[in-house]
Amino acid sequence: MYGLKPERYDAGDFNDHPVSLCGKTFHACVSGALYWPAERALIVSDLHLEKGSSFARRGQLLPPYDTKATLLRLAEAIDRWQPETVVALGDSLHDGNGADRIGAEDYDTLRMLQDEREWIWVTGNHDPVISKRLGGHVVPAISVEGITFRHEPSSGRVSHEIGGHYHPAAKVSMHGHTFRRPCFVGNGLRLVMPAFGTFCGGLNVLDEAFEPLFGNDGMAIWLMGQEGLYPIATRLLRED
Amino acid sequence: MRIVPRLRKAGECVIGGSGMSRRVKPDGESRSRPAVPSRLLLPPRFAQWFDTRGWAPREHQLALLAKAQSGRSTLLIAPTGAGKTLAGFLPSLVKLAEANRPRQGAGLHTLYISPLKALTTDIARNLETPIGEMRLPIKTETRTGDTSAARRARQREKPPHILLTTPEQVALMLSHPDAPYLFADLDTLILDELHALAASKRGDLLALDVARLRTFAPQLLSIGLSATVARPSELRAYLQAQPSGQDRIVLADLVVAKGGAKPKIEILELETPTPWSGHLARYAIPSIYEAIGRHKLSLVFVNTRMQAELVFRELWGVNEDSLPIALHHGSLDQMQRRKVEAAMAAGKLRAVVCTSTLDLGIDWGDVDLVIHVGAPKGASRLAQRIGRANHRLDEPSQALLVPSNRFEVLECRAAMDAAYAGEQDVALNRTGALDVLAQHVMGMACQAPFDPAELYREVVSALPYAGLTRALFDRAVDFVATGGYALKTYDRFAKLREMPDGKLRVAHPRFVQQYRLNAGTIVESPMIKVRLARRRRPSAPGSAGAGAVMGGRVLGELEEYFIEQLKPGDTFAFAGEVLRFEGMRETEAFVSRANVDDPMVPSYAGGKFPLSTHLAQRVRNMLADTSSWKLLPTPVCEWLTLQQEKSVIPGPAEVLVETFPRSMRHYLVAYPFEGRLAHQTLGMLLTRRLERMKARPLGFVANDYGLAVWGLGDLSHMIESGRLDLAHLFEEDMLGDDLEAWLDESLLMKRTFRHVAVIAGLIERRHPGREKSGRQVTMSTDLIYDVLRRYDPEHVLLEAARADAATGLLDIGRLGDFLRRIRGRIRHQSLPRVSPLAIPILLEIGIEPVAGSAREDLLREAAAELVAEASSRSGETNADGDVRAQAGKIRRRRLQ
Repeated sequence: MYGLKPERYDAGDFNDHPVSLCGKTFHACVSGALYWPAERALIVSDLHLEKGSSFARRGQLLPPYDTKATLLRLAEAIDRWQPETVVALGDSLHDGNGADRIGAEDYDTLRMLQDEREWIWVTGNHDPVISKRLGGHVVPAISVEGITFRHEPSSGRVSHEIGGHYHPAAKVSMHGHTFRRPCFVGNGLRLVMPAFGTFCGGLNVLDEAFEPLFGNDGMAIWLMGQEGLYPIATRLLRED
Repeated sequence: MRIVPRLRKAGECVIGGSGMSRRVKPDGESRSRPAVPSRLLLPPRFAQWFDTRGWAPREHQLALLAKAQSGRSTLLIAPTGAGKTLAGFLPSLVKLAEANRPRQGAGLHTLYISPLKALTTDIARNLETPIGEMRLPIKTETRTGDTSAARRARQREKPPHILLTTPEQVALMLSHPDAPYLFADLDTLILDELHALAASKRGDLLALDVARLRTFAPQLLSIGLSATVARPSELRAYLQAQPSGQDRIVLADLVVAKGGAKPKIEILELETPTPWSGHLARYAIPSIYEAIGRHKLSLVFVNTRMQAELVFRELWGVNEDSLPIALHHGSLDQMQRRKVEAAMAAGKLRAVVCTSTLDLGIDWGDVDLVIHVGAPKGASRLAQRIGRANHRLDEPSQALLVPSNRFEVLECRAAMDAAYAGEQDVALNRTGALDVLAQHVMGMACQAPFDPAELYREVVSALPYAGLTRALFDRAVDFVATGGYALKTYDRFAKLREMPDGKLRVAHPRFVQQYRLNAGTIVESPMIKVRLARRRRPSAPGSAGAGAVMGGRVLGELEEYFIEQLKPGDTFAFAGEVLRFEGMRETEAFVSRANVDDPMVPSYAGGKFPLSTHLAQRVRNMLADTSSWKLLPTPVCEWLTLQQEKSVIPGPAEVLVETFPRSMRHYLVAYPFEGRLAHQTLGMLLTRRLERMKARPLGFVANDYGLAVWGLGDLSHMIESGRLDLAHLFEEDMLGDDLEAWLDESLLMKRTFRHVAVIAGLIERRHPGREKSGRQVTMSTDLIYDVLRRYDPEHVLLEAARADAATGLLDIGRLGDFLRRIRGRIRHQSLPRVSPLAIPILLEIGIEPVAGSAREDLLREAAAELVAEASSRSGETNADGDVRAQAGKIRRRRLQ
């Protein structure tokens, strides 16, 4: 039985965390976005816009509000950090026709967000081509100040790289309660970002897919809660 | 579903117990023959058969035959062992024996539907006897999920005369284009164990399917078979097509076979006092063992699988005579269960420890004693279980109730009184679920294009949907077609399309396939196979299962959420053994036998029922009536007397609320006796309110009888000084905004939504090889739930989920009744210390974690643990303090 424990820690203590990568300092946010103060850049990965309608196309009529929800959350992050550059780190659209399915209202929201700031679409496996309709620059990868941003993390033990693709999630068990939430996972040399998209599930960081990226050196996990981002000891992690 | 006041009384026929026919021993003792003329209904071939068996047809069997022959749908109420099944089939056998009926369709004559697969097989076997011995030209077959695809296809083309099946199979058969041909000749429908089916989503689906069967075979005769229920009129109405737009309900006829001898029920009383709390009844094990020793075959019923495991282990712990005692519950492997059942039938066992898996009427041997460990939680459940020891109607069944704590003594006593009074408490009154309706609409579309107006008329003829408005029906159809969203963007992806004549058809054959794979209303929480691993090496935490561990046999299945809280090395009791969790390997949990006596036995839920409303009333009355206490065991009587001295005993209509300080905390304990689910909901809501009233609550705990909230504020003082008004605290309006706000965040609500989304067809079920893990399904429905709540709060699935929560997990309906009932009847008692009555509830603290609260808090704790870990590694001592700074240190350590 747990008390409600109002004392001790404040939710505000956990809102975002400085994360350092090869000497550069970033802020990992509870929203799942990453902010780079030195470059005034906001990075989000795996938006998977129009995932709902992509499923609907195949007969599973998921709610059509995911694009709207994702863009509104992105707008909040942009409001908070006022970045000069936004990098969408691949799989921004759930499928190749996604751009055409974005509704008028959501489209206007996106264009509004792009106003007065540089917008970079890094391509991903779900969106190797990005429609011109969506504006911005389209690149397969981008390097800034020695840090490379690419959708799919390169295999092997590379450094100076920030990627997405894997939708990392961590599962934690404590006192008989189990949580499974998206997370940032890194080792100081590279970082894999959680999926920002509203309808994105996650892949357990203990899955073998992560092994080539981090080997056995261990990794640091920042788990996204409802109210905060929590650093979690790796020994608390559970497999699915 | 409201039963409209003006009930039309159709012919009732109640048969007295006095003229009960009895089975005659082969040596030819006197044979009582019922003197009813309906015996004449029995063709000579059947009369002879009864004679050669040495039987006389029972009166209710003949009465039901007479009803059927005059074409009247009928409900037969009969206790276990009264020849209910034969009664149900007799009309069909007689009709089919005369044969040569003109055929219009495939020739299927009788459809028998039971809630259990096992029951269909069992009944099919039993039918072989009369059919074989009378050489009747009747073919019977079963059809379940286990029947091969080829055989199922053949059955649709060339069905037997009598088909025994489950509700899910009926839904599937009805979704095929050939359904009109298959069911054109259907004459009789037999719904077995109707009391167990009707009041559930499966019952809703079945009612809709029966409505469709009536469309194909308008003269269809329905026979319902049921154990005793409090209000048979609801089951009788379920069997009939309800006329639309009329303010009345049509009932089927009724035949009641009165039970035989009254059961002999005892409550176990021992020198050692009953424990204060807990559910394990360890104290009573030697007495239970003794009782088993005195009888031929005992069934030991418990309420949860955990209890079953524990009682089983404890019994073997004292089993000096090595009596064959077995274990039977829903998580065990099929093979193992079948083995136990076979051994029971063969008379090789002396006792079986079991859960509700043995509730329903399969005959597995001559049980002469039913032991019930823990309170039975409902009078009907007790009656049903006692009935298992009642194979001969004229002999009294023996039952022993073993309360596991003091409150349960009261409850056992109440259940016993109710059983003697023949009272039952099955509540059927329900409104058909919208998710089930959506599934049915899709199924009907798979069968053939439909006209919505026609389908609506058919749907409202099913009792649970009799009150469904056309508008709500249309919303369900819209949901099936395009998702039913306020934002209409999916028209181009519609699953149902309108044809020129206004009918709706399925847009693509793949949706038909999708429907067939996902039909049914049973959404199990994802189960994990538990497999015995041959232990090669001591496994290292986290790496177990990854190496070359050899897989042994499967012991059974456990809920995923239970498995996922284990870490390698944890021990738990399962399948009658203490097992050590080795790790997960793909979708299976590998375990080894542990050489320890005491497992960590974490509980896994399963068949945990809340106290029924009916019994709760009896318990309250018993508590208020001090003169009845002398019937209770001495320690319990003393306990209540002490309560009377130290605090107060509430009147039958009152609710007692006590407040007292205890070790730096202030407690508020209330005793509504409304069942655990309603109390948990109440606890959540009270905590929220107290927080707003600045009473600084810290947590709460609930059991079946009451709940305790504790906090930092001096509650007694707040009440006495008028700062806290109890009437206001327990005001019914807490079910408004507070509930909404809490519900929206509640895990229970998310789980409920997941079930609704699967049943309605929004989310596909898991199929082998198609989804990686059940967890992913949970994740995605949670995400969908959050999005819908925010952007489409009126969506039909949210409505369905809220309706489910109100009746199911949260028991809001019952809580609402309670709050209305106690208005102006709150009896507050301010005490210097904990009261005797409060002790069992306070002892629950630490046993039952409250779901849904404080999750975020736990995460903070996890982060703090990381801090503590870091501190100890680096030799720092400040485990508290500035978390951020310390977390930063850890990161640096990890990152550099």
